[in-house]
Amino acid sequence: MNAQGRLVAFNTIARREVMRILRIWTQTLLPSAITMTLYFVIFGRMVGSRIGDIEPGIGYIDYIVPGLIMMAVITNSYGNISSSFFGAKFQRFIEEMLASPTPPWVILSGYVAGAVLRGLIVAIIVLAISLFFTRIHLYHPFVTLTTILLTAIVFSLAGFVNAIFAKKFDDIALVPTFVLTPLTYLGGVFYSVNALGSPWKEISYANPILYMVNAFRYGLLGTSDMPLGWAYAVMLGFAIVLTALALYLIDRGIGLRS
Amino acid sequence: MTTIPALDITELRKTYANGVEALKGVSLTVQPGDFFALLGPNGAGKSTLIGILSSLVNATSGDARIFGVSIRERRSEAMALIGLVPQEINLNQFEKPFDICVNQAGFYGIPRALAAERAEKYLKELQLWDKAQHQARTLSGGMKRRLMIARAMMSEPKLLVLDEPTAGVDIEIRRSMWKFVSGINAAGTTVILTTHYLEEAEQLCRNIAIIDHGRIIENTSMKSLLSKLDVETFVLDLAATPSALPDVPGVRLSMADAVTLEAEMSRDHDLNSLFGALSRAGIMVRSMRNKANRLEELFVRLVENGKAA
Repeated sequence: MNAQGRLVAFNTIARREVMRILRIWTQTLLPSAITMTLYFVIFGRMVGSRIGDIEPGIGYIDYIVPGLIMMAVITNSYGNISSSFFGAKFQRFIEEMLASPTPPWVILSGYVAGAVLRGLIVAIIVLAISLFFTRIHLYHPFVTLTTILLTAIVFSLAGFVNAIFAKKFDDIALVPTFVLTPLTYLGGVFYSVNALGSPWKEISYANPILYMVNAFRYGLLGTSDMPLGWAYAVMLGFAIVLTALALYLIDRGIGLRS
Repeated sequence: MTTIPALDITELRKTYANGVEALKGVSLTVQPGDFFALLGPNGAGKSTLIGILSSLVNATSGDARIFGVSIRERRSEAMALIGLVPQEINLNQFEKPFDICVNQAGFYGIPRALAAERAEKYLKELQLWDKAQHQARTLSGGMKRRLMIARAMMSEPKLLVLDEPTAGVDIEIRRSMWKFVSGINAAGTTVILTTHYLEEAEQLCRNIAIIDHGRIIENTSMKSLLSKLDVETFVLDLAATPSALPDVPGVRLSMADAVTLEAEMSRDHDLNSLFGALSRAGIMVRSMRNKANRLEELFVRLVENGKAA
């Protein structure tokens, strides 16, 4: 398959993913909009107004906006690829791709593109909702964009690996419920890690989501608990390791071929 | 000048993780343009073999070359040459047939405009055009099977593998499917067929391999295989239940039910002596037919012999 053919294959997979996202928008786009609106109303307005400023000039609702956007990006990019790819495995139409000349890296990048796009669409929706509650000033556009993209890529890849190993639908629900949600809540979405005492503060440093949330917060608010360099190292490190793992798994047919 | 085989399988072996040895060194050659039958009882290894050819199953050892291209060494190139119609329905049930076909072409790098033309062509030829914009889950079983053929044709493969494509399909649709497949074979596509409807294989295929317990137990031309059959069985519908059956030299008579007589005889035995004996015994025959297709009888014998061995 030549370069043009690979581009056609990539477009086909990404397009199919986008069509799926739009076809079932009540499952893919609407839930985050409703959940995040509730977070803004309850934590931002009702609770936040009693907490006051987290840092000079940064109210509680301003503080949680980046974290809530990241939370939406993480759950949506992960959930999109894990449910879509596992669905293809479950219905066996994954065989269309596996028995075709499409190389493994094109299959992976097509699915990741779809999941990242869903993450970005949901991020824009959540950002738009947040504007009803507060004003956002974009301090560092490059950091904002690269952080959200890298985070979406990392969790798309993680969702892909999860889907490869999954044998039933329960298997793709376990990680979001028991791993992603706790890590996100403990990843500095609602509080500054500096407010934690020892050893919880040190333990939190092992949570990769902490770095992602803080990098994104730096992009939007200009403030972060974690060094930016560390955040990029964590995101790039996970992206590289997960890409290599996903490609190895597809190439060897683990979880896909008999 | 030597012709490159459409399929050249060498010592293919597959042992699954649970220890089941599905293929025990299968070697097979299919010539370009052939309509080839791959037959075998359930669990013989047919689907494993087809799975390896379509790269859905990893071979333990051995190799297969599709028009000279090794699936082990040049998987992507080999896959571009083969089209698969699997035994199990593996459609995205929420996609429309038109989109399924266009997407399938996309996986082969075929531009969308050309894919749309082909989708229309093959969906029309397989009488699915009026369902092109309905979700696949709303199609009947026969329609889904035809859709899988249309999908496999999107890349216009040089080798088309059909794994029991007519299972559960009614006679009318089955015939229309065979008309289509015969047409593409006549146009130059090599076709490999597995089926449990052996009369189909007998009518359609020029060459045949029979696989059993992971081994090829017969590989020859259909004509040559059928010539091995030295006996045939006739089914005679009687006017009434006979009180006793006559003794006819060279013919083995048995009652299938009260008014159905089966007569097994060698192929060169004449029917006159049978009818003469029946007439003398006062047995009136209303109609007569072959008990089963000839290939089926041979198939059963070969598989039974394999078990005995």
